[in-house]
Amino acid sequence: MSLRTRQTSGWSAALIVIVICSLFPVFWIVMLSLKTGATVTDGSLIPHQWTLSNYSDIFKAGIFTSALRNSIGIGLIATALAVILASAAAYAIARLEFPGRRVIPVLALGIAIFPQISFVGPLYNLWRQIGLYDTWPGLIIPYMTFALPLSIFILSAFFREIPWELEQAAEVDGATPFQAFMRVIAPLAMPGIVTTFIIVFIICWNDFVFATSLTSTTAAETVPAAISQFPGVSQFTLPIGDVCAAAVVVTVPMMILVLLFQRRIVAGLTAGAVKG
Amino acid sequence: MAEIEFDDITKRYDDGYEAVKHMNLDISDGELMILVGPSGCGKSTALRMVAGLEDISDGQLKIGNEVVNDKAPKDRDIAMVFQNYALYPHMSVRDNMGFALKLAKVPQEEINRKVLEAAKILDLEQHLDRKPANLSGGQRQRVAMGRAIVRDPSAFLMDEPLSNLDAKLRVQMRTEIARIQQSLKTTTIYVTHDQTEAMTLGDRIAVMRAGELQQVGLPAELYTQPKNLFVAGFIGSPSMNFLPGEVEGDSVRLPIGAVHIPDELRRRLEAGPGGGRRGVIAGLRPEDFEDASLVSELSHGTSFKTKISVLESMGSEYYAYFDVASERVSARELEELAQDAGAADLPHTEGSQLVARIDAASRIRQGEEVELWFNSQHLQLFDTESGRSLLVDGADAGRQAAAPSTPTS
Repeated sequence: MSLRTRQTSGWSAALIVIVICSLFPVFWIVMLSLKTGATVTDGSLIPHQWTLSNYSDIFKAGIFTSALRNSIGIGLIATALAVILASAAAYAIARLEFPGRRVIPVLALGIAIFPQISFVGPLYNLWRQIGLYDTWPGLIIPYMTFALPLSIFILSAFFREIPWELEQAAEVDGATPFQAFMRVIAPLAMPGIVTTFIIVFIICWNDFVFATSLTSTTAAETVPAAISQFPGVSQFTLPIGDVCAAAVVVTVPMMILVLLFQRRIVAGLTAGAVKG
Repeated sequence: MAEIEFDDITKRYDDGYEAVKHMNLDISDGELMILVGPSGCGKSTALRMVAGLEDISDGQLKIGNEVVNDKAPKDRDIAMVFQNYALYPHMSVRDNMGFALKLAKVPQEEINRKVLEAAKILDLEQHLDRKPANLSGGQRQRVAMGRAIVRDPSAFLMDEPLSNLDAKLRVQMRTEIARIQQSLKTTTIYVTHDQTEAMTLGDRIAVMRAGELQQVGLPAELYTQPKNLFVAGFIGSPSMNFLPGEVEGDSVRLPIGAVHIPDELRRRLEAGPGGGRRGVIAGLRPEDFEDASLVSELSHGTSFKTKISVLESMGSEYYAYFDVASERVSARELEELAQDAGAADLPHTEGSQLVARIDAASRIRQGEEVELWFNSQHLQLFDTESGRSLLVDGADAGRQAAAPSTPTS
């Protein structure tokens, strides 16, 4: 066996192990979600009795559907606001000379990864006092604290890669600065904006810390928080089947989204890493 | 169609750096003017000021007798070809070329007609519906040209349009550009750092260095009557050889021997700004050397023996490199040129290395001692201090002298 084929087979084996490790929990959850309530804890991986009742149950109980609505609504609004504001900021960072333009994206990234748990406590008290507790804005605003800087970071990398000269070419061709932006820069920035939107939306969608601390009712509870509040059949049983079914419902669309846009997302996460 | 006039144009950046200094240049209607110089000499900045992409700090810029200092690029009626083409990647070739007309709200029919017309000139008809990403470098370059032609502007501005092409294509496109410019008769400013491009393409050439115009003139004028060391060293390939010399009576003593100064040169030397100066820098064009055995009339020149260290055959001729024991000529201008050519990184040899262009009929061999002959008719002499030519009148002018230089008596 040549060195090359040995290397390739080595990598393949490692990849298979990694894929199994990461997909096994998903597979397990899917299997659990298909078990009946009585057999959930029977210890077998493959259900003896297949059922979809867990799925119909969660959609029948109002708590999951309202949570789904909240998740989609809050996620979309927070992401849209963040991406729109960040586009303007990133454009300025990429195009204008001003002190600190290089520092801002790094600073933004720093803010985006700031541990959220550290300001959940103060926010909880503040939100209760000013009436934002358990409302959509009450979640949208804290989501912006990471959605906006993250968008700025990713978008400024994308905008930097759009050649400056295209805008100048458009201006020489007779375009006003606004026309140049709308007709030349915006269409070119679209892939970057879509990518940013997806990445930021997924992060909002996955949030648990804010959702569970700053909401309490169906008015604003998002899916991750709602799942943790699922009632059991009696107070001594865990709603394992329902939780797994709900988890599958919210995970699978995200997985499909990521698979569809994986190239884009990788480009977004690594944008600016290698100078084009 | 319009003339372009630089009137004392200066570009000063916020940090005080002057990229272009007091530039005066008149470009007449339909002329192809080349701005040439090493990188960082301000030639692109000058062009971008004409385009309106850079603000003008001082002076007046006129296009067609109209001051355009404060006009936006779109109101100047100029078309620009960028170094990297700056094609709109999301538009087809057709839309790229028609973009300006579309913005100007020209009826679609007329846009189609004009685009097709330009595509015919540039041989792009079969590519009109393709995206720039699917075109070759040469095709992209032609689309960029087409985008300029379609608009029928009062002036073309070209910023090193050929520098991204490979050598062979560059020569082809150079001819193409010259052909198109001649048939359209549109005033053109063409920026390049390549002196060959400048010499072959331009009606007139303006050589720039460190933001200052060095000399403006016909290609032949710049070649035969360079006003200073910089122009002399920049124009011509292989570039001019420089040797330290001393004027003694009617000859100049060079490391290769005493060279008789032809009468005509002597008259200009005496009349020129140098007067009776003795120490000079002599400039010797490589083609003014010849294998002495091939020259029948040796009188108006000097023969000397030397050892050829490297001999390169070009087929049509030889480039013969030989070393001369002398101090290197040190002048800031020449060092700048060497730096720009990347020669500053090469190991320094003792003495000076000269290059001669020798006829292909010659039988000289590398490493052999041979007799070379130098034709002193075209000898150039420069001031050691200022680097100005001692033979060309008005060599002190960084400003444009439109009139051909005539010796004053």
